[in-house]
Amino acid sequence: MANRTKTLAVRTPEGIEFSLQIAGPVCRLLAYLIDASAIWSAVMLTGNILKIVSAINGQLGMAMLVFAAFVISVGYGIVFEWFWRGQTIGKKVLRLRVMDSQGLRLQFSQIVVRNLLRVVDSLPLLYLVGGVTCLLSPYSQRLGDIAANTIVVRNPEIFEPNLEKLFPDKFNSLKEYPHLAARLRGSISPEEAFLILRALQRRNELEPTARVSLFNELAEQLKSAVKFPQEALEGISDERYLGNVIDVIFRPRI
Amino acid sequence: MILDLEKFIARQREVWRELDGLLGALERDPAARMDLGQVKRFHHLYQVTSADLGKLQSFACEPELKLFLESLVARAFGEIHDTPSGVSRVKVGRFFINSFPQAFRGRILAFWVALATMLAGFAVGAALLIVDPDAKEAILPFEQLVGSPSDRVAKEEQGQNRALEGKKILFSSELMTNNTRVAILCLAMGATFGIGTLILLFYNGVILGVVVLDYLRLGHTAFLVGWLLPHGSVEIPAILIAGQAGLVLGGALIGRRKSISLAQRLRGISSDLVILIGGTSIMLVWAGIIEAFFSQYHEPTIPYSLKIAFGAVELVLLVLFLTRKAPLAESSGRGGLRG
Repeated sequence: MANRTKTLAVRTPEGIEFSLQIAGPVCRLLAYLIDASAIWSAVMLTGNILKIVSAINGQLGMAMLVFAAFVISVGYGIVFEWFWRGQTIGKKVLRLRVMDSQGLRLQFSQIVVRNLLRVVDSLPLLYLVGGVTCLLSPYSQRLGDIAANTIVVRNPEIFEPNLEKLFPDKFNSLKEYPHLAARLRGSISPEEAFLILRALQRRNELEPTARVSLFNELAEQLKSAVKFPQEALEGISDERYLGNVIDVIFRPRI
Repeated sequence: MILDLEKFIARQREVWRELDGLLGALERDPAARMDLGQVKRFHHLYQVTSADLGKLQSFACEPELKLFLESLVARAFGEIHDTPSGVSRVKVGRFFINSFPQAFRGRILAFWVALATMLAGFAVGAALLIVDPDAKEAILPFEQLVGSPSDRVAKEEQGQNRALEGKKILFSSELMTNNTRVAILCLAMGATFGIGTLILLFYNGVILGVVVLDYLRLGHTAFLVGWLLPHGSVEIPAILIAGQAGLVLGGALIGRRKSISLAQRLRGISSDLVILIGGTSIMLVWAGIIEAFFSQYHEPTIPYSLKIAFGAVELVLLVLFLTRKAPLAESSGRGGLRG
């Protein structure tokens, strides 16, 4: 299945390119539902607190509630996105973040504009205008995002890679032949290395027969490219052979 | 050539961790500022990490590490290339006293378009009432305006209208929130290339035209002016300024100056939009208080002359405030309707 995740590539003045994963409409809808619940809860809580004021002066309590409900509903997104750098409660839960469309730091004016334009995005009901715009936009922007020059990105939790997990400390017969190992490193492209690495990382997700067949195909191709002596390959599976190849490529000095 | 990944990670790990730590501290406190030494160190770490990402993209394909470095570079890039101008650093007092009139004057053409649209609506509303007086019920959205002006004036002047008795604070609160909602809608409708804003301004003009003519033709001029001027002298300009903001947005979307990209045009107006709508909100809070606690009292409680004088003074002060000479705001940017 094709990868349907949208990304925005940003090129820095230093010539380095990085990509931002764009959040899709469904994630954003879920985040909005959480935020709508938070707004509703905040208004209810304020209503309960203002009951004390209402007990003293009913009119004043009601007036304060009308004002507070308005301020909470308009100000919620602005305050959270400013203090949490592009995140509200819903966005934090779903690991989404509002960002400048050029990767720059989000400005206060951008946050205000995108939040005020929710009025139009929510027309005629249930965020229809915003939803349709989001589906049609190449970077899943609603009208508020377009006007404010913002995008909503997915912010997956990223840890430093664990190489120990990738290369278990086992004997690698291919390293017994340094000249062939060097030839192997020279003959394989980063893209091919990436493909093998991905296959190894996701091996447990594969059907047993598909797993055997895939690793056999990859191994045969590499074995024909660089021919190691039979004793180097004896007794090891195709999968182990590919693991050894990756080890040779990424840890050449060990 | 493929990178010796393990050695590469072992050598650079501390740099990445230090950058990650600095970014975390900045993200936890939006108001945090680094001193010169910290900025230099931060810039160095950013450059080293960028170079590492470049190496990784060229010579290796380890997806986890690439994602990790991309995330670090993306976060640091936003901090390094932060633009210092913006509302974030503007104090509220200075904002209202300086930035608001500056933004208003900087976008004056959009204001004139908004005013002309509302006046056109006013004329159409008045004309509709002359042609078909019964159309009043269909045009006016508020029930209290549909009845006969003479009946209302008689009731108000005899002190029989007690609808707001004991409800003035609530009424004031409802007015502020409702009017601010209308103002936000006026701005937001600018996203329809300004067409929605023009329709809203025109419709508000029509309502105003019908109401004004309805009272004038029955000879209740003093009552009408005394009723509308104290709050209308601030409320109507506030709605016009919200419309001005909407038209600035619409103008930027249409893009008169083709040499500037849409993103640049929108970036250029966003500060002014926020300043205009912020100023409008403050004006509407004032108008809501005046409408609930002053406009709704009529003769003999408060003489019409006093109410009219009060409204006139407000209007003059507002005009002086908005047009007083001050240097144009730097934030008044590079797109949209400008005068």
